[in-house]
Amino acid sequence: MSLMKIFDTAGSGMAAESLRLNTVASNLANADSVSNSADSAYKAKELLFAPTQDGDGVGVTGASSDGAVNNGVRMVGVTESQQPVESHYEPGNPMADANGYVYGSNVNPIDELVNMISASRSYQNNVEVMNTTKQLMIKTIDLGS
Amino acid sequence: MGIVSTVLDNVFGLSGQALGLWQQRSETIASNIANADTPNYKARDVDFRSALQQASGDSTNLQLATPSEGQIGSDSTTSTDDLKYRVPLQPSMDGNTVDTQVEQSQFASNMVHYQASLSFINSSIQTLRLAINGGGQS
Repeated sequence: MSLMKIFDTAGSGMAAESLRLNTVASNLANADSVSNSADSAYKAKELLFAPTQDGDGVGVTGASSDGAVNNGVRMVGVTESQQPVESHYEPGNPMADANGYVYGSNVNPIDELVNMISASRSYQNNVEVMNTTKQLMIKTIDLGS
Repeated sequence: MGIVSTVLDNVFGLSGQALGLWQQRSETIASNIANADTPNYKARDVDFRSALQQASGDSTNLQLATPSEGQIGSDSTTSTDDLKYRVPLQPSMDGNTVDTQVEQSQFASNMVHYQASLSFINSSIQTLRLAINGGGQS
């Protein structure tokens, strides 16, 4: 029964969205982290998504034997935000550099919260697809009874 | 295949083929929803009318002749040619053309159609049962 493939597709979507939620959580948790140089400061992380293709070996593959194209989604990489890092003059801070500056993160909490809402909505969509498919599979199995 | 599938085709008519097509369409829409946040992903959908025409055999497209055993004929199932790209309602910056609301409503209506085909098949089975039992207790 090829409705089964929808579980793979929606499952890969759920996995991707939960990864995104995970990234948001770690960005928000590190929003107030400080360090002693601009290079080692925490940079907000973002995920790159791409549809799965034939022969990827991850998740679902492209064209199936019956001709229908079903693409899952996969994570292809993590990028770091290029926004400038804020520096504060805090000579009393143990993390301060020689000039008395500490470097915060470049996490933008508004971006992160918007990302969180988007990720959770997409996750719910995939759950809905899975639920509907499950009910229809049960109905198909019960056919003729 | 062979006799059994011919008999079943006659019993269930177009509903059996339609059921398979609704299933393929639901797969395609599930892909769209899973890739709702993927940059440059283009939403796709099955052209149901032409796919069903092709599946039921009265297509205007010429079929490949297979004069000898082992030659590859054109399949009666849908090919990827029947997948069309969706026209986006509101273009987005990242090149993604998935509109979640549209996909959700399409998925819902697709599943209702699937259930409709399913109940047509179900009633055919019940009619057959009635005929076999002669109206007695099943």
